[in-house]
Amino acid sequence: MMKILQRIMFFMLFAAFAQTIYSQDHGGVKSLRGNADIQQGSIKPTQKRWQSDREPIDRAFVHQPPIIPHKIVGYQVNKKANKCLTCHSWTNYKESGATKLSMTHFTDRDGNDLSNVSARRYFCTQCHVPQFDTKPLVENTYQPIRALKGR
Amino acid sequence: MIKRYISILKKPSARYSLGGITIIGFFAGIIFWGGFNTAMEATNTETFCISCHEMQENVFREYQDTIHYSNRSGVRATCPDCHVPKEWVHKVVRKIKATNELYHKALGSINTPEKFEAKRLKLARNVWREMKATDSRECRNCHDYNSMDFSFQQRRAIAQHSKGFEEGKTCIDCHKGIAHSLPAMFEEDPSSAIDISAVK
Repeated sequence: MMKILQRIMFFMLFAAFAQTIYSQDHGGVKSLRGNADIQQGSIKPTQKRWQSDREPIDRAFVHQPPIIPHKIVGYQVNKKANKCLTCHSWTNYKESGATKLSMTHFTDRDGNDLSNVSARRYFCTQCHVPQFDTKPLVENTYQPIRALKGR
Repeated sequence: MIKRYISILKKPSARYSLGGITIIGFFAGIIFWGGFNTAMEATNTETFCISCHEMQENVFREYQDTIHYSNRSGVRATCPDCHVPKEWVHKVVRKIKATNELYHKALGSINTPEKFEAKRLKLARNVWREMKATDSRECRNCHDYNSMDFSFQQRRAIAQHSKGFEEGKTCIDCHKGIAHSLPAMFEEDPSSAIDISAVK
């Protein structure tokens, strides 16, 4: 009887100790859920809005794929059709006034120049993305090189 | 036999009063005409459209991801809003044309997703041709050009709409694939798609 009681006491002590370790602040590192307890619900993410239509956004570095300065909600890009290219292709860019895709998109992975968009450069959003208007998660002091900043 | 009934129809009525015939004819007319229109309206609902699995599993599912099904204000355009004219004469013409759809339903022309996909370009072109011919009449039931205030639009939309309307373009010229998946577009515009038949 005594032994059992001892074991229970030991277990409870251990549980209390584990609890204090668990609830400690881990060197300022927070999980995405914040400091919320396991039992608590997660913090609801705020709804973000796509940035509205704007002038083309300057590149931050030379090889940056240009950012999409408009909404692309509902644009179909699949093996059958590519909504982006209905404005940005070499045939359509003049009429739509859009930026035409660069020559690099016509080269396949073996370095062959093709007569149409290469399959590896066909899925636009692999590199080009539209933007949300959000606060940066961490402070960033990155500056583009002078050549990209203009005068 | 038939001749006898025709001869009865040809004879003037000697038994019933003119007033009686007129009144009965009037109410019978209301019932028949009302019944006809009610039946036609019943075929003009989304529930009727998607009671066929061809519509329910292909075009209806695709449409559920688009702005005409779900949007910020909850206004919806259902199947007949875009695919059946509102004016009576055009509506009846469209309904008569729909007998061809019944024929192909019976044949099972598009009764699997694969068969549907194989016919998608042809079917899409049929709709595009129709919309082009009517100057996108069904779009304009809601999207009235005269009520369209460009100043509320985004800058690219303002530029494109001003230019498009000036050139006499119609909605469907640019707004293809807004409510359903696009077919393989290589044949329509080779610069905006890859030739999937060549890739395989």
